[in-house]
Amino acid sequence: MRGLGLLLFITVARDAVTDLYVTAASLQPELGASAAPAVTSPVASRYIPEEYGHPGIALARSAEEPAAPSSEDGESSHHHGGGYKIVQWEWSYVQTPYIIASWLLVASVAKILFHFSQRFTTAVPESCMLILLGLVLGGVVLIASKTQPYQLDPGLFFLFLLPTIVGDAGYFMPARLFFDNLGAILLYAVVGTLWNAFCTGFCLYGVKMAGVIDEKVNAGLMDFLLFGALISAVDPVAVLAVFEEVHVNETLFIIVFGESLVNDAVTVVLYKVYISFVEVGPGNVHTADYFKGIASFLIVSIGGTLVGLIFAVILGFVTRFTKKVRIIEPLFVFLLVYLAYLTAELFSLSAILSMTFCGIGCKKYVEANISQKSRTTVKYTMKTLASIAETIIFIFLGISAVDKSKWAWDTGLVVSTLIFILVFRAMGVVGQTWFLNWFRLVPLDKIDQVVMSYGGLRGAVAFALVVLLDKEQVKAKDYFVATTIVVVFFTVMFQGLTIKPLVKWLKVPRSTNRKPTINEEIHERAFDHILTAVEDIAGLNGYHHWRDKWEQFDKNYLSKLLLRKSVYHKSELWEAYQKINIRDAISVIDQGGNVLTSARLSLPSMASRTSFPEVTNVTNYLRENGSGVCLDLQVIDTVPGAKIEEELETHHVLAGNLYKPRRRYQSHYSRHFMTVGEKERQDREVFQRNMRNRLESFKSTRYKRHKKDRSQKKRKGSDAKEQDTNDKPRRNVSWQDKDPAVVPVAPEEDKHDPSEPDKDDDVGITFVARKAPETPKERPKSVPAALDVCQSPVAAPPSPTCGEKNLPWKSGMGSYPPCVSVEATKIIPIDLQQAWYQSISSLESLASPPAPPEPQHPRVSALSRLGGPLRTPAKGKSSGSGAGSGSNTGSPSSGQFKFPTGKEEEEEGALSQQQQEMQPLMSSLRPPPPPPPAPAAQSAGKRRNPCVYLRSLVTVPPSGAEPQSRRPTQL
Amino acid sequence: MGSTSSTLLKIPNAEVLMQETGFSPAHIIRLHDRFKALDKEGRGYLCPQDFGAIKELAMNPIGDRIIGAFFSPGKETVDFSTFVKILAHFRPVDKDRPKEPNSPEPINSRSNKLKFAFQLYDQDKDGKISRDELLKVLRAMLGMQVTEEQLESIADRTIQEADLDRDEAISFEEFRKSLEKVNIDHKMSIRFLR
Repeated sequence: MRGLGLLLFITVARDAVTDLYVTAASLQPELGASAAPAVTSPVASRYIPEEYGHPGIALARSAEEPAAPSSEDGESSHHHGGGYKIVQWEWSYVQTPYIIASWLLVASVAKILFHFSQRFTTAVPESCMLILLGLVLGGVVLIASKTQPYQLDPGLFFLFLLPTIVGDAGYFMPARLFFDNLGAILLYAVVGTLWNAFCTGFCLYGVKMAGVIDEKVNAGLMDFLLFGALISAVDPVAVLAVFEEVHVNETLFIIVFGESLVNDAVTVVLYKVYISFVEVGPGNVHTADYFKGIASFLIVSIGGTLVGLIFAVILGFVTRFTKKVRIIEPLFVFLLVYLAYLTAELFSLSAILSMTFCGIGCKKYVEANISQKSRTTVKYTMKTLASIAETIIFIFLGISAVDKSKWAWDTGLVVSTLIFILVFRAMGVVGQTWFLNWFRLVPLDKIDQVVMSYGGLRGAVAFALVVLLDKEQVKAKDYFVATTIVVVFFTVMFQGLTIKPLVKWLKVPRSTNRKPTINEEIHERAFDHILTAVEDIAGLNGYHHWRDKWEQFDKNYLSKLLLRKSVYHKSELWEAYQKINIRDAISVIDQGGNVLTSARLSLPSMASRTSFPEVTNVTNYLRENGSGVCLDLQVIDTVPGAKIEEELETHHVLAGNLYKPRRRYQSHYSRHFMTVGEKERQDREVFQRNMRNRLESFKSTRYKRHKKDRSQKKRKGSDAKEQDTNDKPRRNVSWQDKDPAVVPVAPEEDKHDPSEPDKDDDVGITFVARKAPETPKERPKSVPAALDVCQSPVAAPPSPTCGEKNLPWKSGMGSYPPCVSVEATKIIPIDLQQAWYQSISSLESLASPPAPPEPQHPRVSALSRLGGPLRTPAKGKSSGSGAGSGSNTGSPSSGQFKFPTGKEEEEEGALSQQQQEMQPLMSSLRPPPPPPPAPAAQSAGKRRNPCVYLRSLVTVPPSGAEPQSRRPTQL
Repeated sequence: MGSTSSTLLKIPNAEVLMQETGFSPAHIIRLHDRFKALDKEGRGYLCPQDFGAIKELAMNPIGDRIIGAFFSPGKETVDFSTFVKILAHFRPVDKDRPKEPNSPEPINSRSNKLKFAFQLYDQDKDGKISRDELLKVLRAMLGMQVTEEQLESIADRTIQEADLDRDEAISFEEFRKSLEKVNIDHKMSIRFLR
């Protein structure tokens, strides 16, 4: 550890120091010497090498923080002459954690640096970079201190670094894929590794006999077999590091990676067996010992697996009861998975196998039991730890390689080892694959075999094992260390670097990062059933038969035991469905408003439409948008007097544009619960604003007015609009050519002049906005103005006048004008409407788990299916009362009534509001078959008995004005 | 596997069947044994009841649909060659086998596999999976675990996702499209023992 500390200081100081005189050795004396006078200084004088008697202040300064306090300390202690010291140097006290933390920091910063250059990182695997960094660091230290700074400590490696990586790999292993290919994985891992180990060992011995390897290498057959065993195992860390960047198809990946995990058992056993053989001496090995070795293998591997599975069951069972203490859920996961590893290690079973199977086994139940947030926590923590551990391992590898005192070079050994491992790997793969392909449903073809052979990377496990060797017993240890380092470097650096081009060149099918669509989920499930049935009919007890048996068992017993009751009754398919919906929602949100820029709108999971990896979907685009839009249900009820409008306008302008203050007073603290933070609320608000702005800016371009008194004003307005559509960025008009749905939602006059001003872009979606006649302020003239302003949504803030005129809705209380989102949602084509709903419902049920999907959904969709655009306003119960003022006005009402929302609470109200808002609008916009005339008439008919408050609710012009006022927030 | 109770010679049309289905003689013999085992009364054909006797099948949520797929409309029986031909849908695609240009599309082609799956949904044989049909399958597969509303929303979403021509139903073409990215050869194949 001390050496590590030195190295760290060096790392920190490296850039600042121009003089190599500042070495790791010189730093410590610096500290020690200055602190030495103080009796209490914990940095004992044992640190002071003789050669550096006179520490210089300048040096201390160049060494930055670590040294600085020490010199100060030294001075102060001099001044006070041993009395009370204000500042003390407590290095030994903090040494260990300090070093660990600093290491993590260095490793993380290194990662950041690597990823600065995108082009570079795509070409060079990170593992290579890390090793290089390690080489550089090690080199610096070596030159500076002339002593070996630090070696990869096997204890550290096996107890801390490896488990984090294996734990991550096991937990996130695609279980189905793993078990689908279990046969292949086991074959490669067991037979392949044995083959490699024996062949390499024997051939090296043969080469030694032939004299290629120097006489200095004092090793017998057992030594070479031992070396063969440790060098032959494919390394999970290296494979993961390289293959994750290469993105080969998942079958290939799982086979190589699974092999690298499972062959741990083989390696460990072989290693131990040989070690014991070497200890007793080759001559004293009896035949029985070989059988013991085989038995040991079985025990180690099966035992390790069992330990893992036992812990998986415990973990699943424990998480069943954590409902009240959500906050420690992730801790349970980490602890028990890690305990699985340690326990296996305790009994010298295969710890890697144990951890892997613990991860695989528990995942299903744990994920179902713990909360979404815990899931995220587990995921990120595991990934973080694994990534850090990997970084440290590779850096250490580089550092370790530098110190020549630890290894001895023999070209013959190195070269022949390299050749043998490559050749035997290839031979092994080809042979086993030939055998496997007799049985495999999908044979592995030649390209796969090439990649598998080439992907047999050796890594830190081999290195740690070789370092662990006892030099007393294995005389040639130094040579083996050197060879191992070369092999690891060669496979990780050279093969790691070249495998990507190779994969490209061979056109290996790549993995797609695509998540399954709901169709695929369903049909694949059906396929499973079909195959099981067919196997039963054909009388084959094949794979599907047994998987089905397992699933039955799982469902009947295991799940009952390990899953929460509430979870147990959920179906997997339903979960999958929800996940897809949430994914859609998130992707849309991540994407911001760009949905509107794409010419095609589709669900991300609609594979059939496009194959974009990056999602442009609308499904949930508006999900959040509506949620806060009309928090205030009173809006509906209050009819504003004209007199208070002035005030309200001001109020609205402010309330609409200022973010709500964070509420401090609500803060409370619990160790066991995490509340939804204020931050989140504010974020959501910001998001909603932005969404709305984008929508409005979109809408404003397509905005059509059918004004009661349309005169020359209207002419002007449409002109403006035309112009607007022209010079507006293309994005907003993109639907125009695709979804030719005219929504002639119109007030009374619409009948007479169905679409005269709109002729130019009839193809597009037409938004008809209309001011209800009853609204106090008449704004015929204001509308064009508003439009004008809207034309350039990004442009200047709205003129106050138009803002005033356009803010007729009442009693805002800081809530958002409902009509805005109403309008906004309109742009969603009908086909997306349902998905929208579902996303919302799934999100809702997320928030409050047991909530069933919104019951009204089927009805809504059924209704919306019925007729064209205009029928929708009428579909709700509100048709009589609400539809009076055209679809715009009608729609919110219908929505409102449909929902059983008596709730006053903001949240719920918001949610329901949101739903209402979208449903009529979306349904009114059914793009492909637009039967405009009939619906128009219908709506016109309905318009006869308008409802006052509804009309007042939905006033369109404000929406035009809104965007500008909100503009600033959009950024 | 090792069964000697029947030989190729005793099986009617064995040659033709092998050619049509691509099964090896060993496969045919094995399947014939199975056929005879299912045909308890030795009539030479199977009835739905014979299939119903397979107890694992009774637990299969869509088992009855699969049984139904063996019987062409209006027929109550299935003979050996039909039996084999149906099962041949699930034979893995053999890549190395040279494709004769004039030969018809093999039974185990991707498209035929999909057709088989499709007809399990499309029970009224109108060439479309309607919402109701989908719902029935979902209900069978999901059982008690989900509420009717959940089922419906899944079904809606499914249809909406796959439905390209907006007819609120999934045609075969749409079905195929929605599974475009799925490795059907893999997912709809069984390794028949040789």
